[in-house]
Amino acid sequence: MSSNGNKFDFAGAMKTVLAACGKALGWTWRKICGAKAVQASLISILIGMVAGSIIIFFSGLSSETLGIKAAWEGIQLVFAGLFSTGRDSAGTLTFGFNPQLMGNMLFRAMPLIMTGLSVALSQKTGLFNIGAPGQYLMGTAATLLIALYLPTGTGEALQNVAGEWITHGDTVSAAVYGAVNTPLVFPAWLVWTLALLGGMLAGALWGAIPGMLKAWLNINEVLACIMTNWIAANLVTWVFDVSALKNAVENTKMGYIYKTTFNGVQTSKLGLDQLLPGSQVSGGIMIAIIFAIVVYILLNRTTFGYELKACGSNRFAARYAGIQDKRSIIVSMAMAGALAGAGAALYYLAGNTEFYWETSQSLPAVGFNGIPVALLAANHPIGVIFAGLFMSMLEICGQKLKDLTAFNEYITDVIIAAIVYLSAFSMLIRMLLNRKSKKEGLK
Amino acid sequence: MGNNMPVAVAEQTDAMQEYVIEMLHITKEFPGIRANDDITLQLRRGEIHALLGENGAGKSTLMSVLFGLYQPEAGEIRKDGRTVQIRNPNDATALNIGMVHQHFKLIEVYTVLDNIILGAEDTKFGFLSKKKARRKVQELSERYGLKVDLDAKIEDITVGMQQRVEILKMLYRDNDILIFDEPTAVLTPQEIDELMKIMKGLAAEGKSILFITHKLAEILAVADRCTVLRKGKGIGTVNIADTNAQELSRMMVGRDVQLVVEKTPAQPGEVVLEVDNLHVRSKLYHRDAVKGVNFSVRAGEIVCIAGIDGNGQTELIHGLTGLEKISRGRVTLQGTNITGASIRKRSKAGMSHIPEDRHKHGLILDNTLEQNMVLQRYYEERFQKCGFIRFDAVREYAESLIEQYDVRSGQGPVTITRSMSGGNQQKAIIAREIDRDLPLIVAVQPTRGLDVGAIEYIHGQLVKQRDAGKAVLLVSLELDEVMNLSDRILVMYEGEIVGELDPKQTTVEELGLYMAGAKRQGKEAEA
Repeated sequence: MSSNGNKFDFAGAMKTVLAACGKALGWTWRKICGAKAVQASLISILIGMVAGSIIIFFSGLSSETLGIKAAWEGIQLVFAGLFSTGRDSAGTLTFGFNPQLMGNMLFRAMPLIMTGLSVALSQKTGLFNIGAPGQYLMGTAATLLIALYLPTGTGEALQNVAGEWITHGDTVSAAVYGAVNTPLVFPAWLVWTLALLGGMLAGALWGAIPGMLKAWLNINEVLACIMTNWIAANLVTWVFDVSALKNAVENTKMGYIYKTTFNGVQTSKLGLDQLLPGSQVSGGIMIAIIFAIVVYILLNRTTFGYELKACGSNRFAARYAGIQDKRSIIVSMAMAGALAGAGAALYYLAGNTEFYWETSQSLPAVGFNGIPVALLAANHPIGVIFAGLFMSMLEICGQKLKDLTAFNEYITDVIIAAIVYLSAFSMLIRMLLNRKSKKEGLK
Repeated sequence: MGNNMPVAVAEQTDAMQEYVIEMLHITKEFPGIRANDDITLQLRRGEIHALLGENGAGKSTLMSVLFGLYQPEAGEIRKDGRTVQIRNPNDATALNIGMVHQHFKLIEVYTVLDNIILGAEDTKFGFLSKKKARRKVQELSERYGLKVDLDAKIEDITVGMQQRVEILKMLYRDNDILIFDEPTAVLTPQEIDELMKIMKGLAAEGKSILFITHKLAEILAVADRCTVLRKGKGIGTVNIADTNAQELSRMMVGRDVQLVVEKTPAQPGEVVLEVDNLHVRSKLYHRDAVKGVNFSVRAGEIVCIAGIDGNGQTELIHGLTGLEKISRGRVTLQGTNITGASIRKRSKAGMSHIPEDRHKHGLILDNTLEQNMVLQRYYEERFQKCGFIRFDAVREYAESLIEQYDVRSGQGPVTITRSMSGGNQQKAIIAREIDRDLPLIVAVQPTRGLDVGAIEYIHGQLVKQRDAGKAVLLVSLELDEVMNLSDRILVMYEGEIVGELDPKQTTVEELGLYMAGAKRQGKEAEA
């Protein structure tokens, strides 16, 4: 199984905590499993995976290099790639608990859960937030700027960065350099917190813009979001282009920004790295789950959530009841933006990922993938956790498919596409499920 | 109780062809409820057959069965003596059955003409040719006095006009069997008279009419026979010539009903609401819909604003309650100037509002009953603690309201309001608004589309509130309600108050003259 546990008592403790968490999640899962929405999503997933398997099967058969055995291996990896442990000496696929893949799945799920929450929250208020990629980018920029510019005094890269600032010679950097030269340094945890909050704030701002356009000028939020996405893409490229944060030390790859660890800033691992050694996992996944629970509580337990949902269900009745519908729309979009921004912050604050800053030609896929995550979860914040985990698992499966067989990883994109397509039909599937037990009121 | 009532089940087997539609022993079940239990309804050719029953008695279900929206568990439907299968509305249409639904089936963003011809469009080489259709609709609308603006969009016209569009839709399709589901609910007295004439004319031409209504007066005026339903069961079919309002209401409700509102003379106290030179812009046209209205409502009186639909009443109420901005004037509630106040402020200042459109404004239909019960007061200390909703308090409150105001629903507080009957939806709103115990109650058409039992109840509640010292501002299009319930009548015509009448000293005819603009009191100097 996982790490020995005899070296660290802490890891053992974490394991029991995780087991308890798993139990709680399992309970939640069982509780909601009876719901039609969940069944509909599960059916979508199943059909999507079967569709993917069929494609693998036929492409396996029709290829000279693959054949039926390879096709069977591909199908196994699509369903259980997460548990792949490679091939044994005889060349057959082996399966078992793979802590690295498990950890990577948790790591990749983290931003997906956040963008999924972003889309789900806006949907609950009757809005479609397709602006998550832009909000995510703005969050990325704000987080990296704060995490890398605020000196912690511990970062090894600091001197290099400072050196660049001098040669760069622009006034803003010089001013910051002035600050660097003073003994003023910030504790790393404070920089981390500020970076997270900064990312959320930037995302919130980027979400609030379409919200304001919608509330005050009745401009469709989808249009406004698409435009703010591209504004963000170009703005962020420009910001990093003039910044001194381009990775000059580890310039194995061109066009990347320093990792936040260069400034000594990174998310605590919370012992998860001991539990799942060799993976990229960090405590950020816990924070993402906490965000999901907070959103759930906010929407379902508070008067604030009651107001937001009232506006989403019937804006006129909400207005009649004295709820400020325009404010609700803006607040809802800003919160959705903050969640997407937090997703970016958590992803880059993990400290093991570099940001490719030339984004002017493309938007981050994780932002758009929030939409299928929310769809699959039927906009339920707790469901988003599972949907996010599932989508990142598929990514892992795709990678394994590429690593271990002659198939390429794009087959998982086909599966994801099929599932997304079917989740869009989940309303239809829910309707079919409802048909039997349809409860009709009398007029 | 049923043995002295005429029963028309299983009669006249030899005269099949005299019936154009027969629904025999129809049974339709929904989970937990038998909506139609062995109901038989026989419609003669050229007759106006009324279908009477309280909300939830199963009228709409029975009509949905006839229209192919539901499949009955038992029973058969015959057209001209032959058994037919009606699987969907297309089958019903093929049998020339047409229906005006209680809740209109119109496309809001289409014009009136487009709505009328939708699904039965004339085309020329695959292109729409509206010219012929326009002529036909114009002719129909003139012939039957159904005044509509063919080029207005549905969302911009009044509920009354939307109803007329629905009726025109059916006439346009040359249907033989016409089902009217509560057609008069939103029409003015004059329009109702007109509609009655139309219906009689249609029946005389050989069309058969099924007329679903709660209004006994209309049944007595226009129908030939009447089938009464109660709680899903057929109580019987009677000839209108042999019956009276008391008997019909007893059959429908199962007990004697108070048809006239009983109330003592009003004891008006202090002024609660003062409206001064109020102007509200029209949404539809570039002019004021309300032009300088002055009035006041005192504690302990019911003031009724009467008038034909579309004379500025809706805009007046929207201006008063804050749903629309006031362009000029001043509104004072208990000494506080609330002219530009937010809706929440008005509500807190002491205004409760039973809105005209219960689906658009009054309820969040996809929410549960309990969530709707606290729609106006979820933010109060009682229902929240530090922003967290106190679900137990909400549940308890909803249950007490349901009990106290007899709101019936499938699953109590957790019923989705969309699934409730119209009467019970309205009762829920009334319960919510009255229970807030505020000094001013603004009630806009509170009994629209409801049955006598519910109307009796709501009238009783409003009188009770008046007697408890509340100021009640009522807007009604129904003359009976205006005459029966109010202590003072203000007649609105084209955005102005053209007369203030005392219901005890005026007649329906005089009121009608004011409403039609034929008569006005010399109040212009004030305006």
